[in-house]
Amino acid sequence: MKTTPASRLWDSIKHFVPLVILTMYAIIALFPVVMIVINSFKTRKGIFGAPFTFPNSETFSLIGYETVTERAAFPTYFLNSAIVTFVALALTLFIGAMAAFALSEYDFRGNALMALYLSIGIMIPIRLGTVGILRLMVSLKLVNTLTGLIFIYTAQALPLTIFILSQFMRQVPRDLKDAARIDGASEYRIFGMILPLVRPALGAIGIFTMIPIWNDLWFPLIIAPSGKTATVTLGVQQFLGQFVSDWNAVLASLTLAMIPILILYILFSQQMIRSITAGAVK
Amino acid sequence: MQETKRRFRFPLHILVFLAPAVLLYTLFMVVPLINSLRLSFFELGNQNQQSFAGLQNYIKLFTDSNFAPFFWRALRNNFVFFAIHMLVQNPIGLLLAALLAEGGPIRNFFRTVIFMPTVLSVVIIGFIWQLILNPLWGVAESMLEAVGLGAWFGPWLGKPETALITVSLISVWQFVGIPMILFYAALIGIPEELTEAARVDGASAWDTFWRIKFPLILPTVGIVGVLTFVGNFNAFDLIYTMKGANAGPDFATDIMGTFFFRTFFGQQLQLGNPAMGATVAAMMFLIILAGVLLYMFLWARRVQTYEL
Repeated sequence: MKTTPASRLWDSIKHFVPLVILTMYAIIALFPVVMIVINSFKTRKGIFGAPFTFPNSETFSLIGYETVTERAAFPTYFLNSAIVTFVALALTLFIGAMAAFALSEYDFRGNALMALYLSIGIMIPIRLGTVGILRLMVSLKLVNTLTGLIFIYTAQALPLTIFILSQFMRQVPRDLKDAARIDGASEYRIFGMILPLVRPALGAIGIFTMIPIWNDLWFPLIIAPSGKTATVTLGVQQFLGQFVSDWNAVLASLTLAMIPILILYILFSQQMIRSITAGAVK
Repeated sequence: MQETKRRFRFPLHILVFLAPAVLLYTLFMVVPLINSLRLSFFELGNQNQQSFAGLQNYIKLFTDSNFAPFFWRALRNNFVFFAIHMLVQNPIGLLLAALLAEGGPIRNFFRTVIFMPTVLSVVIIGFIWQLILNPLWGVAESMLEAVGLGAWFGPWLGKPETALITVSLISVWQFVGIPMILFYAALIGIPEELTEAARVDGASAWDTFWRIKFPLILPTVGIVGVLTFVGNFNAFDLIYTMKGANAGPDFATDIMGTFFFRTFFGQQLQLGNPAMGATVAAMMFLIILAGVLLYMFLWARRVQTYEL
């Protein structure tokens, strides 16, 4: 093949067009978030006078953050979100792994039926049972408690967790378990032995379970709307409702609410994306 | 005798492994779901006593002037919401995935950036876009002016004709990462030998994509479609955050989720009605179930899955 100037030009177009499209889309994805963060460090005058510039000595101000610390119980919200997310996650992973182990390891009567029963929840959203959940929470006296939220989120996350984990557990070599059985290990010990072997799957499921729990508005709003039990998502929603016209406070609270999840995302984005694509690359 | 007895006894350890998950899932998900569906066939009296009402609630939902216009509007709006996701979000997701699938550090960086809005809370996204589109701040307007489209700008979120399209596009902006990453995972799973052969034969990248890669990722296309459907008919947070429970202006952005919330909890002048709320939830359940069954029987059965 001959390389003429025209074909070389065509080649470089073919090389650059995708990158131009990706750059443009990346700007669309980032721009609104960046606007909020940079303007949260400005005076009101700076926000409206020069929204597109970074804060400088003239426009820099932390007034929004001061209002937020005074008026909103952000530490409480963060703590509530952290407790709910962490406990629900730990519970989901542990009891989900137990169930996944039972389904993948033992050939008992009704195994397929049980697997089907547990996977209904993958497609049917738990929100549709809200009327029943609220009544149940009232009768269990779990309204306005973090415990109530933890149980709901665990129930919501279990179906997919069990489904994915049982696939991974099937891949653990049989010989390993049989050898342990011959050595007289109990079934519980064998489960304890398998658990570390599916750690990558546990990590991936963990990240994907965590994000919707942390971000959920529906159940905190309905089951636990009190100030004491408000999560970050609900707290921000209510705070912003009251302070709509205080732009400094609004921008600062949005930035504060984004930071933990953004830090987690930046730290784990590689693993997260690798875990989704893991099934594809064999 | 001893033998048969042992064979039919359920091993204790299996019970121990299954019990916690099955109990929690049953108590907090399955039972409430069934109770909600059951409540849609009952009427609640003043003292909260239930009396069987047959299909009365459903008839009320479809014909009563307090419910029917709202129900049909929410249903229609929800289909528009879904259609915009299918026509805008999923094609853009596919395009981005196709561009990212070639790999390399620059593309990995873009992949991380473009997926980012997806991990943020819908509440935060809703407020961010409310600020960006606010004419008072004028950020969106100055951006459009910079590319010569300044005259096009308007209070999109406030006008009944444009509000639904605007919130749909904001939702698309946030969730485009999901189809993107699912298509991406499917595309990088295609073995190189398959595309290599086509390239040797002189096929263009465009032809290779549509003739070889796209047919191979059809199962993912179906999964993305059904996930979009379930997600869209379960949506609530964004519209509640941006437009409140009344899904204004003039209910222009009302979808099934906000209609369900209002019916269950009530609004300014109307008391909440758990039985009618349960009826709306039951309709949402039927719609989602219909979508999932359509996918399972019309799509998943017919589409050839290739072992790669």
